[in-house]
Amino acid sequence: MTPTRRRRLILVLGILAGVSIAGALALNAFRRDVTFFFDPTQVAQGQVKPGQAFRLGGMVKEGSFTRQPGSLEAHFVVTDFAHEVTVSYAQVLPDLFREGAGVVAHGHLDRSGTFVADEVLAKHDEKYMPPEVARSLKRRHGESRADTNPPAGSPASGS
Amino acid sequence: MTFTWFHRLGSPPYVYGLAQRLAPWCAGSALLLLLAGLWGGLVLAPPDYQQGDGFRIIYVHAPSAWLSLMVYTTMALAAAVGLIWRIKVAHAAAAACAPIGASFTAAALVTGALWGRPMWGTYWQWDPRLTSELILFFLYLGYMGLRASIEDTQRADRASAVLAVVGVVNVPVIHYSVTWWNSLHQAPSVMRLAKPTMATSMLVPLLIMLLAFTLFFVAMLLVRLQAEILRRERASTWIREALKR
Repeated sequence: MTPTRRRRLILVLGILAGVSIAGALALNAFRRDVTFFFDPTQVAQGQVKPGQAFRLGGMVKEGSFTRQPGSLEAHFVVTDFAHEVTVSYAQVLPDLFREGAGVVAHGHLDRSGTFVADEVLAKHDEKYMPPEVARSLKRRHGESRADTNPPAGSPASGS
Repeated sequence: MTFTWFHRLGSPPYVYGLAQRLAPWCAGSALLLLLAGLWGGLVLAPPDYQQGDGFRIIYVHAPSAWLSLMVYTTMALAAAVGLIWRIKVAHAAAAACAPIGASFTAAALVTGALWGRPMWGTYWQWDPRLTSELILFFLYLGYMGLRASIEDTQRADRASAVLAVVGVVNVPVIHYSVTWWNSLHQAPSVMRLAKPTMATSMLVPLLIMLLAFTLFFVAMLLVRLQAEILRRERASTWIREALKR
């Protein structure tokens, strides 16, 4: 390698290293803002200011879904298996909303510590399998999140 | 010398002839694999246990997203080789990559939005994965815009190559965005160290589609590279010889 080429190679690698370090520092400084949602543990640690709007993410706790008959208002518990937050939501839930599956909700904490959501998104996990496999897994483990719909007091069965 | 093949790859007539010979083979095998992958993905693969038939968009979405990263990496490597060794063919290859990569990125963003509406409940969120992929799209557009705005080819090559190299830091950010930060987008099912979290009957068509998309990219690159070399070498005599054949 000629000296000129070596100099250019060092220059290119230098640019790359400089930009990487700058990018890493910037992303590290904005870590809190880059994060799309807070999990219940972060909420319990008080990382969210009272009254501040934020997104809450986690699993819908099995058996925690309730809905008043004749109303859309739903209550469920979002958990990360260390801490829990109760969520209330009064709009239509997405198709992939299931007990035991992931959700990301946007809203704020009210005074009683209930998270009042104005938007609930279903978070899909990275598992893909045919229905038969999901059913046989369910048989083997006794329970699975495969077919757990949120039926409790849905508007159709309610009023 | 051990590096003769490398030096030959720096010669426009040699690369032009090579691209001319290889392109039809890549395009042909890409088409065959594409048909096989689509048949496997849309007909043979079973529906997903949660998403039903809606998951099948993955057979276009995931290969497009992978290619959007792979094409950018190829482009940045070619640009760096062009910068360091002053090889014109390398700059031509980088320039030929950009519109292909931008198209794959657009395809990934659009198919992702169409899937996100029914599954997540939203077309778009400013989530780390989605935002960094959008930045990648703008990097491609910026690269093409910078090239187009500089009249002199040599200066356009060098300026745009620096942009391509700088932008490559976004590639690992996109890939790891779902593990570094809480993200709405799911973690990788296939491109991970552990075993894929996808049933084999669904995974095989996806891998076939990935190979098909990659070969399609190589075929497109070879065709665009020929055009790029023709444009750059239009004054030289070997072009007249080559076009007579």
